[in-house]
Amino acid sequence: MSTDLLIVFYAMIGGAIRVSTPFLFVALGECLTEKSGRINLGLEGNLILGAMVAYAVSYNSGSPWLGVLAAGAAGVVLGAAHGWICKLPKVNDIAIGLAFMSLGTGLAFFFGKPYIQPSAPRLESLPIGSWSQNPQVQQALQVNPLFFVGIALAFALWWALRNTRAGLTVRMVGDSAASARAMGVNINLVRLLATAAGGFLAGVGGAFLSLSYPGSWNEGLSSGQGLMAVALVIFARWNPLRCVLAALLFGAAGALGPSLQAVGVTYGYHFFNAAPYILTLGIMIASARSKSAAQEAPRELSIVK
Amino acid sequence: MSSAFPSDTTRARLAARLRQSLPDARLIEPAIIPLAALAAAALLFSVFLLILGKSPVTFFSLVWTGGFSSWFSIQNALQRAAPLILTGLAFAIPARIGLTLLGAEGALVLGGFTAAVTALPMQAAGLPAQVILPVMALAGMAVGAFWMGIAGWLKHVRGVNETISSLLLTYIAIAIASFLIEGPFRDPGSANKPSTQPLGPDLRIGEMFGSSVHWGLAAGLVLAVVLWVVMARTSFGFAARMTGGNLRAAQGQGLPVGRLLLTCCAIAGACAGLAGFFEVGAIHGQANASLAAGYGFTGILVAFLARQNPLAVVPVAILFGALDAAGGLVQRRMEMPDATMLVLQGFIFLILLVSDTFYGRLPFLDYHSSRDRT
Repeated sequence: MSTDLLIVFYAMIGGAIRVSTPFLFVALGECLTEKSGRINLGLEGNLILGAMVAYAVSYNSGSPWLGVLAAGAAGVVLGAAHGWICKLPKVNDIAIGLAFMSLGTGLAFFFGKPYIQPSAPRLESLPIGSWSQNPQVQQALQVNPLFFVGIALAFALWWALRNTRAGLTVRMVGDSAASARAMGVNINLVRLLATAAGGFLAGVGGAFLSLSYPGSWNEGLSSGQGLMAVALVIFARWNPLRCVLAALLFGAAGALGPSLQAVGVTYGYHFFNAAPYILTLGIMIASARSKSAAQEAPRELSIVK
Repeated sequence: MSSAFPSDTTRARLAARLRQSLPDARLIEPAIIPLAALAAAALLFSVFLLILGKSPVTFFSLVWTGGFSSWFSIQNALQRAAPLILTGLAFAIPARIGLTLLGAEGALVLGGFTAAVTALPMQAAGLPAQVILPVMALAGMAVGAFWMGIAGWLKHVRGVNETISSLLLTYIAIAIASFLIEGPFRDPGSANKPSTQPLGPDLRIGEMFGSSVHWGLAAGLVLAVVLWVVMARTSFGFAARMTGGNLRAAQGQGLPVGRLLLTCCAIAGACAGLAGFFEVGAIHGQANASLAAGYGFTGILVAFLARQNPLAVVPVAILFGALDAAGGLVQRRMEMPDATMLVLQGFIFLILLVSDTFYGRLPFLDYHSSRDRT
């Protein structure tokens, strides 16, 4: 039994790293967008479209990294369109996000049909567990380079938001549109760029889904990770570094089901697979109306008002 | 303004008379803007098809053939419209009080499952169908109402964002239903596709008046009318719409905001649960994974296109039922994937929301007339 527990433990660590990567990218993208005072609920669409585009480009070109870039580009298109539409008066940004979720999913399923069968080149993982004799440790520490890219991005974003002029501008637009306008900042442009950049990151997160883990393209690939990331950002209180920790926590919850299945526990696996949703809901209930969250929220954000 | 300050030039006078001859702007806007948005989405989708080298003319004539042209295709469209009316109402009613609830799919699945399993012991006890069917429907509605009520309750007591929480609740609902269907309530006879025990033939909900359309459509029509009356003509509906318009003002007036929120969520959940009951009773005959067919999500689009008006939900649901019915035909004849209709729906959804920006800004309408204010 204790070896089983150990297997579950290793599988959860490895799983947390693998499952958290798409969460991390979407959360960083959403964090940047929300810092500029706008919410994009459509990142689920970016994630799915990114996964499909990455797989298709990787299959046709033979280069998975080209696939990652193409996924980011697809995400930019959706994000920029979201940013542009939301500047129109009287439109509802939450509903626009839902529409992009449905359009992105539709386009991905439409163009992705021929790519369900063929096998595309994947992103190679780095065997950073090779120091260990234990095959489970080695297995768990097959880490995709995108995970490290995500961590580095989180630090970069955290630093840039605090210390650069661009970061200050984004924060000002997100905290007080009126003062930004008084300073002569083009609010719509800043938000458009922040949403497009957020879309890029969500697209890259999708590329991880199809090119690394689970590592194939099918229509059930993403199930709400894009939306859970919105809750994750609120939980992380709009801090990119806390986004990393939150993503790891969500990843561990997501890895619970597969890890238990690995040791033969299958009874009630639907519940274990639903663990991330239950965790998200629990976190939302716990963190709602929290004073510190309210203080750190961008003032222009509609979802926390 | 035009009536208060008569213009001097003939042209301005003519323009003013033209505006006055049109019906009131606030009455015709909700009709012409969504219709124009539909047309624009069809146009954009045609461009999409042309880029792919497919013919838009063939596409739309196939949609006509598959959805409207014959009695057979109309029945097919109405059949699919029945759950869409109910899920459309499930989004529209909470939307009037300012809630964006995505939980209809979960309430539908749980409601359908509950209906399927409450029937089993009563069926075994030999009760007549006239007793079992209403109990099934009520049980499905109650569970749906409870499930949607959770999102409303969390919103009210903790301020939890209802859009995200209701979507999470949908995933959790599907997990619960899958667990129960594959575990304790599994019919040992369902080998390949885990299902609950099938309902007896006398428990199958029949078709209306010799057509192939089941009674869910009639239930949807009745509920749409009832809910329209409730929202437009009762003090409850007024209080709900006032809360949706300005929460603070409603609280200031001493309205029971929490109770209103919960009631709207419960009505929505009951509608979705009833849709689940009809899916089980009229289509599947048992609860299984086919219940999560996406009606709950399409209902969101239906409600938006109907501008959250319960009566308008009916024609919009029939339109989407027809699109759904034509999907198979388009797939076979044009060799296009089944996601084609998803793309079209995405275009419609997006253009429709963009069209919100034109309310109050149409150049040919008179927004300043005071004719009906007196």
